[in-house]
Amino acid sequence: MSALLELRGVGRSFGALKAVDGVDLDIESGARHALIGPNGAGKSTLFRLISGEMAVTSGTVTLSGDEVTKLSQVRRARRGLAQTMQHSSLFLTQTAAQNVALAAQRHRGSARWLLPRRQRDVDDRVADLLDEVGLSERAQVPVSSLSHGERRQLEIAVALACEPRLLLMDEPAAGMSLAESGRLTELVLALPRDITVIIVEHDLDVVFALAERVTVLHLGQVLLTGSPDEVRGSAAVQEAYLGSSTRGELFAPAASTPHSPQGRPKANVSTQGRPESSLGDAS
Amino acid sequence: MSVEPAPSAVDAPSAAATGTGAPSGSTRRRLPLTGLTALAVLILLAAVPLFVAPFQTSMLARMLIFALLAVSLDLLVGVTGLPSLGHAAYFGVGAYTAGLVAKYWTASAPVPLLAAVGVAAFAAAATGWLAVRSHGVFFLMLTLAIGELIQQLAESWSGVTGGDNGLSGIPAVEVAGQPLTLVGYVYWYVLVFAVLGFAVIWAVSRSPFGAGLRGIRDNEPRMRSLGYSPFRYKLAGFVIAGAVAGLAGGLLASQQFALVTPADLGFTTSALALLAVAVGGAGSLWGPAIGAALVVLIRDVYGPDLDGHGTLVLGAVFIVAVYLLRNGIAGLATTRFRRRGPPPSDAAPPPDPTQGATGAPVSGGFRQNRQDGRQAGESSQRLDSDHPSSDPPNPGVKRS
Amino acid sequence: MTEWFADNFVSILNGLAIGSLLFILAVGLSLVFGMMDVLNLGHGALYLIGAYVGYQFTGGVSSWGGFLTALGVAAAFGLVAGLILSVATEPLVGRGHLDQALLTLGVALVVAEVISIIFGDDVQNVVAPPGLNESIQVFGNTYPAYRLALIGVGAVLAVAVWLVIEKTSLGALIRASVSDREMVSAVGVDNRKVKAGVFAFGSMLAALAGVLGGPVYGARTGLDETVLLLALVVIVIGGLGSVRGALIGSLVIGQVESLGRANFPDFASFMLFGALALVLIIRPRGLFGSKVGAG
Repeated sequence: MSALLELRGVGRSFGALKAVDGVDLDIESGARHALIGPNGAGKSTLFRLISGEMAVTSGTVTLSGDEVTKLSQVRRARRGLAQTMQHSSLFLTQTAAQNVALAAQRHRGSARWLLPRRQRDVDDRVADLLDEVGLSERAQVPVSSLSHGERRQLEIAVALACEPRLLLMDEPAAGMSLAESGRLTELVLALPRDITVIIVEHDLDVVFALAERVTVLHLGQVLLTGSPDEVRGSAAVQEAYLGSSTRGELFAPAASTPHSPQGRPKANVSTQGRPESSLGDAS
Repeated sequence: MSVEPAPSAVDAPSAAATGTGAPSGSTRRRLPLTGLTALAVLILLAAVPLFVAPFQTSMLARMLIFALLAVSLDLLVGVTGLPSLGHAAYFGVGAYTAGLVAKYWTASAPVPLLAAVGVAAFAAAATGWLAVRSHGVFFLMLTLAIGELIQQLAESWSGVTGGDNGLSGIPAVEVAGQPLTLVGYVYWYVLVFAVLGFAVIWAVSRSPFGAGLRGIRDNEPRMRSLGYSPFRYKLAGFVIAGAVAGLAGGLLASQQFALVTPADLGFTTSALALLAVAVGGAGSLWGPAIGAALVVLIRDVYGPDLDGHGTLVLGAVFIVAVYLLRNGIAGLATTRFRRRGPPPSDAAPPPDPTQGATGAPVSGGFRQNRQDGRQAGESSQRLDSDHPSSDPPNPGVKRS
Repeated sequence: MTEWFADNFVSILNGLAIGSLLFILAVGLSLVFGMMDVLNLGHGALYLIGAYVGYQFTGGVSSWGGFLTALGVAAAFGLVAGLILSVATEPLVGRGHLDQALLTLGVALVVAEVISIIFGDDVQNVVAPPGLNESIQVFGNTYPAYRLALIGVGAVLAVAVWLVIEKTSLGALIRASVSDREMVSAVGVDNRKVKAGVFAFGSMLAALAGVLGGPVYGARTGLDETVLLLALVVIVIGGLGSVRGALIGSLVIGQVESLGRANFPDFASFMLFGALALVLIIRPRGLFGSKVGAG
């Protein structure tokens, strides 16, 4: 059975800069796949190449066996691709319900109808989705009045209203509190298996709770694809993030970092003869 | 007042309640109120020839015509977020077409009007196909250029259009074989079709298609990611707006002693229409109608008293309005309405025009939300697609 | 080929003269647009002010005193008007470009009407100062000396503006603002002052253009609209925010206006606006425009 999403040799260059370089990736239908990597690794760019927002400069993208490399974002969206944006991308003058309705009416309603029309199916679907993300109380509130967390929730509802086969989530937990990201995790875990989820995230708690497979990107290339444990234990990954590869180096006295390997410890540790400044190399 | 959509009873609760039009609670209470007001206005308007002198009646007819033009422009500007400075071109095309048909073929209604609508729609389709590919200020300039081109055409093609002197000698409209010579009858003719035109724009605005247009106005990239084709929607909107503008033009030609000149197609007419939309409150539909009436009032009714310099007052009024009336006249009405009525809990409250708390004021399709300028890949498009759409980037969130 | 050249020599010279005038007019508009994304629809009205100032001080008589006074007064008017416009659009900055453009439109209407009230609607002539109000021989053709002088003035101004923009730190500031005004503001420069300065300078040039254009186009109502459209065509084709673009654009449009109208009288306008439309669709930033909207 072929994968839902196949990337072969996908690359995107900006002049001499290779933001994404020769990425091969297979995502099976129903997968829960995370994409991680240090800043500048090319994760967002890769997402845009998958969604069609940006065109590839090399390689092919295949969705459910059909090659979509040349298709526009609109066409790919119509084939069941939906996404949530890193910065909530909503319709600010409209209410939460109207936002979801816009997405839903394309699938269940009559988006091209030129006369006013009661779209019951759409209304039902909107109510269900808002309930699912916990925004039922706020259905009639214009987005401009919603809090950041609520907008993130709405973002998800809008994406789900597209009835996607493939859902791309770009840092959905960004800016969320612990409780909120916990709710997010539950929500994603509860999604049916006919939706495949690829998630870019920095919050590794979320990643390890949700993902069944993880791909690590570094400098535009795939460093490793494997199970969460494999990734966690990989020396290469640690080096990419931190510039060092042994635990001893990581947890040397002056530089203790919290569990998630963001940022770099200070370079005041002598590391087996390597010059201190090498810690600044990674990503 | 800004050219962004004014929050209004038309805009917000239309696709209210749960989503697309099932009115609930206080929206249901609100709709009859709007309906009643509309009915009252209609009755008043219909009664005009019975109580008002002929000169004023024909002036009111002119107001209705210009109001229809402004409302059709609002579909573009307020609902879709496409600011056009060349909309009068389709108005003029409609006027010339109706005049020519009446003069050389038949003046019996509604043939000249139908022809006007058809030809204007065609012109809008042909030019819109090019125009809607651009955004924001570029779209503004492009429509300006197109308007100028069409005006140039009207001036050069003098064999057909009468050139600079315009098209005159247009026979009176005939209804059921009888030419309408009385001002009152002409007025009613105009009223019927103006209401029809307004109803078309209103219906489109409240339809699922209209919701799509608003989505494009607010966040075009997001619409693309939802699978909508913005080009097709915008083009359709452009054609509908152009067709209704053509209808208004056709009505112009059915006035008594009508004279259609290239100026009707020109920059000044387009500019005044845009000003009417802005003063009235973009997006509300009824606001621009009032704005248009105001424009005609000042320019044509009081103008002669000012030696024909009514435009000066117009300009001044407009400048004052820009600063004091953020959302136009419609914005005034909605704020007052909100303050008076019960806090609408289940109906969509119109977004507070003064809300600046989050630092991201109510934004329409071409309001620039500075904080979002960094949206992925979008920053290079900011001028030609002034979309505001997103949240202020959350501090501490890094681009990956 | 040379025969065509000889036949059209006068037209080509005219094109250069018009191009000169257009450059002086358009460079300010382009810079303000490029810097602040504000489309000053009142730019044509500024030219109109200059034209009527020129008429007022020369009074249809050829005089250097009158002409120079007109230049001075127009420059003053332009500077002040530019400052006013800059200040007037400031409160609207948060409300988007279109609102600012509409404001300038309102101002344009008011200014045009005021001028019409003061001067009436007749077409007025402005006479070139003595020494320049006759024709001289150029390569076997008789040609108005004034227009040659105009070409000269335009060239000098072009060089001057270019020097300032490219070689001075003020120019660097302006270029930076066109490129990324938020960054400039982040560096600590008060954007409003730069904007006011450029607005004032550009408006002054527009008004001067009105005076300089007097002996060519006279002074009449409706001129503001014509001139605004030409300026728009120039800056869009040449590229927003670019001095070089304004120059190339002006020269090209100057030739279209001149050669075009001479050879294809019916199609010249179509060519003009057709070119505008084409550029807007294919390459909105024009020939030399900076990446629009950056920052």
